[in-house]
Amino acid sequence: MTATVDADAALAELRSVPALLARNAKRFGMQTAYREKEFGIWQSWTWAETQAEVRAMALGFLVLGMREGDFVAIIGRNRPALYWAMVAAQSVGAIPVPLYQDAVAEEMAYVLEHCGARFVVCGDQEQVDKVLEVQETVTCIEEIAYLDKRGMRKYDHSHMNWLEDVMREGRAAETRLGAELDQRMARLTLDHTCVMLYTSGTTGKPKGVVLSNRNIIVTSKNSSEFDNLRPGDEILAYLPMAWVGDFIFAIGQAYWTGFCVNCPESAQTMLTDLREIGPTYYFAPPRIFETMLTTVMIRMEDASPLKRKLFHHFMGFARDVGPKLLDGKPVSVGARLKYGLGNLLVYGPLKDTLGLRRIRVAYTAGEAIGPEIFDFYRSLGINLKQLYGQTEAGVFITQQPDGEVRSDTVGVPSPGVEVRIAESGEVFYRSPGTFVEYYKNAESTASTKDAEGWVATGDAGFFEEATGHLRIIDRAKDVGKMADGCMFAPKYVENKLKFFPNILEAVVFGNNRERCVAFINIDLGAVGSWAERNNIAYSSYQELAGLKPVLDTIQSHVEQVNESVAQDTMLSGCQIHRFLVLHKELDADDGEMTRTRKVRRRIVEEKYADLIDALYGGKDQIYTETEVTYEDGRKGKLKATLEIRDARVFGAQTMMAAQ
Amino acid sequence: MLDTQAASGQDGYITPDGRKIGGVAMEMRNITLRFGGVVAIKDISFDIRWGEIRAIIGPNGAGKSSMLNVISGFYHPQEGEVIYKGYRRPKMRPYQVARMGIARTFQNIALFEGMSVLDNIMTGRLHHMQANLFQQALWWGKASREEDENRAQVEKIIDFLEIQHIRKTPVARLPYGLKKRVELARALAAEPSILLLDEPMAGMNVEEKEDMCRFILDVNDEFGTTTVLIEHDMGVVMDLSDRVVVMDYGKKIGDGTPDEVRNDEEVIKAYLGVAHE
Repeated sequence: MTATVDADAALAELRSVPALLARNAKRFGMQTAYREKEFGIWQSWTWAETQAEVRAMALGFLVLGMREGDFVAIIGRNRPALYWAMVAAQSVGAIPVPLYQDAVAEEMAYVLEHCGARFVVCGDQEQVDKVLEVQETVTCIEEIAYLDKRGMRKYDHSHMNWLEDVMREGRAAETRLGAELDQRMARLTLDHTCVMLYTSGTTGKPKGVVLSNRNIIVTSKNSSEFDNLRPGDEILAYLPMAWVGDFIFAIGQAYWTGFCVNCPESAQTMLTDLREIGPTYYFAPPRIFETMLTTVMIRMEDASPLKRKLFHHFMGFARDVGPKLLDGKPVSVGARLKYGLGNLLVYGPLKDTLGLRRIRVAYTAGEAIGPEIFDFYRSLGINLKQLYGQTEAGVFITQQPDGEVRSDTVGVPSPGVEVRIAESGEVFYRSPGTFVEYYKNAESTASTKDAEGWVATGDAGFFEEATGHLRIIDRAKDVGKMADGCMFAPKYVENKLKFFPNILEAVVFGNNRERCVAFINIDLGAVGSWAERNNIAYSSYQELAGLKPVLDTIQSHVEQVNESVAQDTMLSGCQIHRFLVLHKELDADDGEMTRTRKVRRRIVEEKYADLIDALYGGKDQIYTETEVTYEDGRKGKLKATLEIRDARVFGAQTMMAAQ
Repeated sequence: MLDTQAASGQDGYITPDGRKIGGVAMEMRNITLRFGGVVAIKDISFDIRWGEIRAIIGPNGAGKSSMLNVISGFYHPQEGEVIYKGYRRPKMRPYQVARMGIARTFQNIALFEGMSVLDNIMTGRLHHMQANLFQQALWWGKASREEDENRAQVEKIIDFLEIQHIRKTPVARLPYGLKKRVELARALAAEPSILLLDEPMAGMNVEEKEDMCRFILDVNDEFGTTTVLIEHDMGVVMDLSDRVVVMDYGKKIGDGTPDEVRNDEEVIKAYLGVAHE
């Protein structure tokens, strides 16, 4: 499209998301902007219809007395109406604050109070109930609107509205308030706040990251151009709305480029919906790619021998040729022909089943992805790439250009982003997407962003000299020293462990200690399926995690990792000497992980101090009791006796190896 | 449904949580049901009002399921009469009763195991299809139009009961709790005026029970469906229902609000297992 021809002039006009919406309604009026699967079919809205819906909602908000600068919390799963609520709030001059829908009431209370939200838009009864619970302590909330009417009839509606009613009143008030709304939209500038997102907070309380229209729009423009996104592209919006990525992909880039956002029917139908839509642009955290691969592998085990042989033969071949073809490197005619045949027999049908057949660009980020997993998708001809980013940057810091994709780097600086590495090894960046401030937290703002706009990422990394690609080692504060002065980088080892399908999560300890030890979480899907195939009975996660053959398998994985860690002279001290398999999965509800599923190392360390002592103490087993929180907020106790295993270590420290 | 409420011409009552209960929908008058020499139900009378959740409880063998079968028209009592929508109901075949707006679920799930969830629920729409055999066979005229309308209705129920993810799954592959939910969906698909649930929560775990409770309340709330249910879990019954009939050995030993029933001497005796003379 011509939008890119005169970018600066365009930016002068396109100062806000509502302004982008107006442009799209004019330019792509009849093209599909949103789809949602409801009542068994894909319901769709064009850009023109979207504009009308958003306008009705914005007018409805005006009727309810929403002021400029108000904070509007949005809580629910990805649904078009909730995206519209964000844009409607922006149109009125208010600031949308999307929250994680699976957060418990206490977590919500902090955020709602911190931003002083006057309005809350909820997806359904479950979310309304939480907000009402929060209202017992938090007084700022004045109006609640909800989208799904079910079960809401009996609630006190004196300060509560069905979103549909809000819109109806909005439409009725067009003549009265239309001019006021137009004025408010005209007042929006690039420096107005576009959205406020709370960071998941691996440490301490969440911080409200203020992102301006400039941050969002310039970042969306740059990144859309980087990957040649265009109208007619399709994405599936299924990641939490509170996450910065979802905001950039499903609002920023979608509105800048004018592509279509598809919302799944429910969380459980995501994979079916993915297949039905066949997105062209896709983002998923490594975990989802892992799960997909594990499912494929498990199902291939059950397939007929012919299919299994075909699959393994062609996948082995694709591993060599697929990535080369994708990167445009020379490949012989014979190999091309064979790949074509494989595409007909294996790759094509497989991609179709996964819903990844039409993908032009796919990204993964957030955690390191296992090289085997990464190569699997690339060998199928799926253009899977990595990016590195954070909320404070409006996602993009570095990303991999087409043709320069590897599993162990995170790419080159994104357009408009400057990156430098400090003496300490920490990565700093400066970009048009860099956040304005942490809301009501000048101290944290100052310690993160300096006067020249450089932001500390908190990650340690380095640039590869040959390629100019950035490699991330670990969180800077997690990188420590062992007692003997060797470098300690837990994430590096944990990632290697997590690349085994049987291991879901691993936490390595060893800072200021002589040796490293680890907690392991098994993957219930993979290990459970293995147990099923081998006729091993188990009744719970805890029992499965304690079985001897499972521990043997994990031990062999740990030893393989030790062997590979030993080859890295800088990090050979990080080999794992002893480990145990935890009796429960680390869980965000227990505060052990963030909502984006990153381990909170300090909390795990405190909570399981008895287990760590046992690992260092040399005992063979340990009895422990752990408090767990159920989904409804009730608490219970888990009791278990865990077996502690010694693992073989390699290289310089072999003399310490036990048995 | 509204005009029949007016026709019954009797005042309802307001529940403690503020729902309005209408006039009498169905009245049992001195029902006695015998199987040969065995008396399953002995001279029982009670009524069911529009919009209420009415529970029938009692120990094993008390005659609850027989009572439900009388309401559904499957059994015809030897003595007494059933007054439905103001008229005495003659002896009917079950499909005729179904046409009069009474749908049910079963204690032992009675779904078509080989069919998908969607198709199972569609069968509940049978009475809303009028196309003749010829049209159905050729998929012509009314047949395809009706299919669309009925599918739309079924999809609303699927959405309501949150079973989108198993829409296309064969019922045989579902866990028990979900099968129960599908059965409820099929009964709802008939758009009944009275919904009969025979032990909707039997054999469920706590979480499944909680879900089921919520669905029953939501159905009542959303569609205003009058619900009659049999249940063993006392906690559930006392939370859910507006009025409770208590049966023991084929006799009615109590009738009233959950609180009244809970404090009733007879009921306590029956449930604490005091020896019968």
